Amino acid sequence: MVTALRGALDPARVGLTAAEAATIRTALGREPNAVELRCFGVLWSEHCAYKHSRTVLRRLPATGARVLQGPGENAGVVAVAGGWALVLKMESHNHPSAVDPYNGAATGVGGIIRDVLAMGARPVALLDALRFGPPDDPRSRRLLAGVVAGIAGYGNSVGVPTVGGDLAVDPAYRDNPLVNVACLGLVRADGVARARAAPGQVFLYAGARTGRDGVGGAAFASEELDEHAEREDRAAVQIGDPFAGKCLVEATLAALATGRVRGVQDMGAGGLACAAVEMAARGGCGAVLDLDRVPLREGGLAPEEILLSESQERMLVACAPEDAPALAAHYERWGLAAAVVGRATADGRFRARVQGAVVADLPVALLTGAPERHVVPRQPPVVPSPPVPPLDPAVLLLRLLAAPELADRRAIFEQYDHMVQVRTVVPPGADAAVLRLPEVPPLGLALTVDGNGRWCALDPYAGAAATVLEAAANLACVGAEPLAVTDCLNFPSPERPEVAWAFAQAVDGIADACRALGVPVVGGNVSFYNEGPRGPILPTPMVAMVGLAPDVAQLASTRGAGADPPVLVLLGDGEVTLAGSLCARAVGVRPGGTVPRPAFERAVRTLEVVRCAVREGLVVLAHDVSDGGLLPALAETCLTLHRGARIALGALPQEAGPSGAAAGWPLTLFGEGGTRVLCLLPGSRVPALEALAASARVPVRPLGVVGGDALTVTVDDSPAVHLPLEVLGRAASAFAEVLA
Amino acid sequence: MIWGVVTFPGSNCDRDCVHVLRHVLGQDVREVWHEARDLTGLDVVVLPGGFAYGDYLRAGAIAATSPVLHAVRRHARAGRPVLGICNGFQVLTEARLLPGALVRNRGLRFICRQVWVRVERTDTPFTRGLRPGQVLRLPIAHAEGRYVADAATLAALEAQGRVVFRYCDAEGRVVEAANPNGSLHGIAGVASAEGNVVGLMPHPERAAEAVLGSRDGLALFASVLLQAATAPPGPAAPAEPGRPPVPSRAAPAAGARRPAGVP
Repeated sequence: MVTALRGALDPARVGLTAAEAATIRTALGREPNAVELRCFGVLWSEHCAYKHSRTVLRRLPATGARVLQGPGENAGVVAVAGGWALVLKMESHNHPSAVDPYNGAATGVGGIIRDVLAMGARPVALLDALRFGPPDDPRSRRLLAGVVAGIAGYGNSVGVPTVGGDLAVDPAYRDNPLVNVACLGLVRADGVARARAAPGQVFLYAGARTGRDGVGGAAFASEELDEHAEREDRAAVQIGDPFAGKCLVEATLAALATGRVRGVQDMGAGGLACAAVEMAARGGCGAVLDLDRVPLREGGLAPEEILLSESQERMLVACAPEDAPALAAHYERWGLAAAVVGRATADGRFRARVQGAVVADLPVALLTGAPERHVVPRQPPVVPSPPVPPLDPAVLLLRLLAAPELADRRAIFEQYDHMVQVRTVVPPGADAAVLRLPEVPPLGLALTVDGNGRWCALDPYAGAAATVLEAAANLACVGAEPLAVTDCLNFPSPERPEVAWAFAQAVDGIADACRALGVPVVGGNVSFYNEGPRGPILPTPMVAMVGLAPDVAQLASTRGAGADPPVLVLLGDGEVTLAGSLCARAVGVRPGGTVPRPAFERAVRTLEVVRCAVREGLVVLAHDVSDGGLLPALAETCLTLHRGARIALGALPQEAGPSGAAAGWPLTLFGEGGTRVLCLLPGSRVPALEALAASARVPVRPLGVVGGDALTVTVDDSPAVHLPLEVLGRAASAFAEVLA
Repeated sequence: MIWGVVTFPGSNCDRDCVHVLRHVLGQDVREVWHEARDLTGLDVVVLPGGFAYGDYLRAGAIAATSPVLHAVRRHARAGRPVLGICNGFQVLTEARLLPGALVRNRGLRFICRQVWVRVERTDTPFTRGLRPGQVLRLPIAHAEGRYVADAATLAALEAQGRVVFRYCDAEGRVVEAANPNGSLHGIAGVASAEGNVVGLMPHPERAAEAVLGSRDGLALFASVLLQAATAPPGPAAPAEPGRPPVPSRAAPAAGARRPAGVP
């Protein structure tokens, strides 16, 4: 490893283009040495510098009355109530997880927790959004099991509940799974920490000791994976230590509580060098580091290894020199290393020294000023959608219920401690998780994470917008109003014009949907180069949305209540399609066609009605109709209630008549799109719900009654489905075997 | 009644226990650091859940040798109540304050879910307020919760009535299908011979408020108060004024501005 690093003088070996190397040479007026070149390789990597995304990301709405910190720090911060603020951030750990699923996922959890911690917040919840190849592929199954075990192994031990997630599969993720983790934290609004340093302050290194693991991880994350990655890139994957992570959280919160911390940042991608440079850049100053003062796990580390190691569970704290011993004592109490390793200077230069000898001397502004890259976007041609063959709705329903997107995923979330910290009011498995906020009772936070790669592959604008609207619908189902969004934009190589197009379209879709909802995007992450030997992933923007629930006690009591006589109605409508649907996939139709453009205004009105109905206790249960369409949503509701239902539907106009019956009404039963929410309520309250909906011009369609032990559905009075609850349950629980 | 909740590095339910005791039951709670050697002045000690010292060896094995465990042992020998929850139960078995051992779950995976447990014994400080045969809804969250012991120990436990809780179904039947982790005899919790030390794998502190779905767990903590009100603990020294301060972990300074009701 040392030899490889020392020998790497060719800029291409550290991931820099010839043009970038020339820019560096010109700016410095000399050749950078090997250590310096390594620093540029990391700080100018796509992962750290957002070279292909910076300009486009400015289109996202990042402001709002509640926003205390938008993008640009370690995480976003929004005000909640009573002087409390919420910190949120989502990040990808795709490449490491492809190579080493357990450690890749575990360190993803650890890293995002420290980003939230760096804002001064106590981490209170985790969500994960996962994408894998289909479960009939043994390697995909192994990756899924490893990633779930890694999230559990780290999250459970570190004591932050994993309360929700999202899972989907597609052959496009076979070589390059997606592991996106979001973390939420709580902080006093007047106690928000920032990652910046000022001249005269010292840098206090705190946490685990530095080893060789993860050297060059940021650069590794900025390349496509090749077929040997699983064997060759393991040295670039960090190893997580949740025990050290837990101690680091407690020690850092204790240190912050002294009021003596002036700035703090996680040593994540790019390690010590990146942390010091970014803190200096934000503070408009310079930094000098003495590498021989860095606590090491082993001897013989080269300067560039000490600078760039991505060893986990480390923070860099900026403080006044006289405060360093007191702060160090907090870390030592928790059994962690702490040492002053440098100081902030006024000269705007980043210098690293070994026994007094300078081994790197670079302008901070140059290190953080990677030139942007602009690729001229090109829209790919629209692929026509082949017709869906006639189908038997019952057979297809059972197949869909067994799909990872719809199946009962208890086998996953029961491996996660989702109750620690005694906040979890609505556990995983519902449309959105709900945490109580005893700091400001009776308020609660509702959390969800969504992504729709199938739609984004056909129309990244519509797909990304629909993702945001679905997240908002999930929150509305628990009566919560959107507060803030963090996103993780997973795309293939941005150097290809059609990817550049899809990326910009997706960002516009998120931006427009968030504007329509009035919710800011306070931070996020871009993950490019998600490709394997067999091709690129689907463009997959993931959206984590947090909402405010006004009264968790009311919510908890309503959810437990019975509804007699129980009636199911459908609130809302919208254009539906089979293009990019789970139905199309399940019947083996090649992806193609067009998906409906988002109807923002109508969605906002519909969700407002849902929210009111849930808050007023009009409806006992609300469930968003999304993946798979109406029939799977009905089946899921039956499974949630442990009761059957008798449902009478009218066919959509396109499917009315005998030909619709012959085809099995795929659009009516399995079409996806629009903003539609299934509501369960006592029949006596239907008029009140209708009146509420009418005031917002939102349609309410009666579907049928709950009862019995089978789901019976007719379309235009013709029988479509009759399945015992037990058969539905068996199909949905088959997913557990995927993890076995 | 003065409670001590121990924090080992890696404990992660300590704050939850403190919350329930302090804000739900209004008790005087001291946060006890793992290096504390003197628990004088504490009436009840709680060893909370989590991953003490990372649990990288066997769960609870390192914590069982920590300084505070010597003090906990003295506290227990004096007949005062000690409650071990989840990791705390593991620590108590590793420290030989409770018999048996907790090994990897039958399914080899971490399990977090709601379970039912049946109350088998009601004369411990933590079950005094419960009825024999009462069925409680409590959550579990563990990877190493399968209770095992050799045949002689199990026979003795049963003969002496030292099984405090057993996993059961909603109707209180102890059946294999209701046993989440493969514990022998469906054991979810046991007591010391004297009955003052109790360990259980389920988390009563997570089931102490209606908004979280169950209040069944609160009775374990409330039972101690009941006992104190009706009969002072046997050999335990009664609380006396002017006792030396309990060595405790400093409360996080952020706590100073936290309103009541915060975990």
